[in-house]
Amino acid sequence: MGISATHGAIDAVWRIESAKIVAGLARMTRDVGLAEELAQEALLAALEKWPESGVPDNPGAWLMAAAKNRALDHFRHHKLVEAKHEEIGRETEEGFTPDFDAFEDDIGDDLLRLIFTACHPVLSTEARAALTLRLLGGLTTDEIARAFLVPEPTVAQRVVRAKRTLAEAHVPFEVPRGDELAARLSSVLEVIYLVFNEGYSATAGEDWTRPALCEDALRLGRILAELAPAEPEVHGLLALMEIQASRLRARTGTAGEPILLMDQDRSRWDHLLVRRGLGALERAETLCAEAGGALGPYTLQAAIAACHARARTPGETDWKRIVALYDGLAQLAPSPVVELNRAVAVAMAYGPQEGLALVDAIAAEPALRGYHLLPSVRADFLLKLGRLDEARGEFERAASLTRNSREIRLLLDRAAALHPGLRVVK
Amino acid sequence: MRFMMLMIPKGYESAKPGTLPGPRAIAAMMKYNESLQKAGVLLSGEGLHPPSMGARVSFAGGKPKVTDGPFAEAKEVLGGYWMIQVKSREEAIEWAKRCPGSENEVIEIRQVQELSDFDAVTLPPRLAAREQELRDKLEKKGER
Repeated sequence: MGISATHGAIDAVWRIESAKIVAGLARMTRDVGLAEELAQEALLAALEKWPESGVPDNPGAWLMAAAKNRALDHFRHHKLVEAKHEEIGRETEEGFTPDFDAFEDDIGDDLLRLIFTACHPVLSTEARAALTLRLLGGLTTDEIARAFLVPEPTVAQRVVRAKRTLAEAHVPFEVPRGDELAARLSSVLEVIYLVFNEGYSATAGEDWTRPALCEDALRLGRILAELAPAEPEVHGLLALMEIQASRLRARTGTAGEPILLMDQDRSRWDHLLVRRGLGALERAETLCAEAGGALGPYTLQAAIAACHARARTPGETDWKRIVALYDGLAQLAPSPVVELNRAVAVAMAYGPQEGLALVDAIAAEPALRGYHLLPSVRADFLLKLGRLDEARGEFERAASLTRNSREIRLLLDRAAALHPGLRVVK
Repeated sequence: MRFMMLMIPKGYESAKPGTLPGPRAIAAMMKYNESLQKAGVLLSGEGLHPPSMGARVSFAGGKPKVTDGPFAEAKEVLGGYWMIQVKSREEAIEWAKRCPGSENEVIEIRQVQELSDFDAVTLPPRLAAREQELRDKLEKKGER
C-alpha cells in the first residue's frame, strides 16, 4: 500500500474510531480537551508507523492502546510535577485503571457523555457545532471551516476556546439526569439541527445546499438515536432530517438553482430516506403515546414534513392537517417563523386572503425584520390574489434581504416575471 | 456518498431452495449490522434467498426470456447487500473489512451513482432542453 493509500485508510479509520477514542479517554481523564489532544497524538503515531508497518488488523484497538499509553505517560509526568497534590494523584490513579472488558460495553455511555459535553449550554452555539463536528463527527478544523465558510483559524480558535471554557467551568463528563436532562437534550438536538440546516439551506455563499453537511448531521442524528433510543424527540429530529434530506436532489435544478417544494419533481425524492424518516417518526409518536405526553417540537415538524412526503402530487397535500400540526407547534414553541409557516399552510388550506391576514398580523414582529421569507411569502399570497405590482415589490424586497446568491436570483427572476411589460406573455 | 456492499458467498449459486445461514453466522452478522447502525452509516440491508428460488429475465434479440433458477452458468451470485452512507471509498472498505465474513465469502464494494454524476454534459442537448421546458411549464403553473 502506498503512502497516500495508507493515509486514505488512516483517514477512514479515524472517521470511524475517533469519537469512541476521545470519549473513552475523556471518561478516564475527565477532561475533553486533554482527551482530544491525546487522541490526536495517537493519530500522529499511526500516520508515522502505518505507512511502513501497514494498517494493523484491529486499527481501532491499536489507536486506543496508543492513546492510553500517552494518557498514562501524561499522568505519570503530571504526578511527578505535582507530587504535593497527592489527593489529585490518587484520584487520577483510581480513575485510571479502566476495566478493559467493561470498556467496550460502556462506550455507548461515553459517547453520550461526549455529546452532552460538546453541546453544553456554557458554550456558544457556533462553538457547540464546531466541537460536536470535531469530536463526534471526526471532522478536521479545515473541513468544518469549509462547511461553515469561515477561515480555518477561526474554527481552530473556536475549538480551543470551547475546550478551555469547558475546563474552566468544570463541566462534568456525564449524562445529565432528572430535570436537567430535557434542557440539555434540547441543546444537543439544536446543535445537530443547526448543522443540518446550514447544509440544507446555506445561509451564505454560492451553493444553495451543501449536502455533505446534511450527511454529517444525519450521521450524528442516527448515532444519537441509537444512544438514546427512549427519547421521542431524538427520533423526531432524525425523522425531520431524513425527510428533509430526501428532497435534497430534487431541490436544486441542473444549473444549481433552488426549486421550491411545490415545484419539485417528486419522483426525484429519495424514497429510501422518506421511508427511514417515516419509520423514525412512527417511533417518536409511539414513544410519546406510551409516555402519555404530547408530541415535541421536532416530532411535530417531522409530522408536517411527513404530510408532504406522503403526498404523491402537490394537490394531494393534506393542508388542513398541516395547519393543525402548526397550531400545535405554535402553542409549544411559539415563534414568528412558525407563525409565518402556519400562514402559508392556512393560505393553502383556506385561501390566500386568510394567509395574508395572518402574515400582516405578524409583519411588525422585530424578530422577522430582515427575514427574507416574510416578504417572499407575502409576495406569493399577493400574486395569488392578483395584486401583481405589490407582489413584485415584495419579491424584490425579499431578494435584498438574503445573502445566498442562488436565492437572490430566484427571487429576482420571480419579480422580473411580474414586470408590467412581460405580463402579456404570461 | 453511498456505497453498496455486495455479499457474494461462494457456493450460494447452487444452494438448495430455502437455504438459510446457521445461527452462529446469523448472530455474528447481527452484531456487525448493529455496529454499522450504531455508527450511523447503515441505510438499509437485506439478505437474499438463493438463486434456486429466483429467476432470470434476459433480453437476447430484444425479447424478454425467463429462466428459472438455479443458473448453471452463474459463477458468483449475491447473498445480500448493505447500503451505507460514508465519507469516502476508503471508509466503505474499512467497514467491509470489519464484516465477520467466512472463507467462502467476498464483499464487493460499489459506489451508488448520484445525480451529480450525471451533469448537464452527459444529457443529450435535446433531453436537457425538454427538461427545461417541462420545468418552465411547472413554474408557470405554480405562478397562476
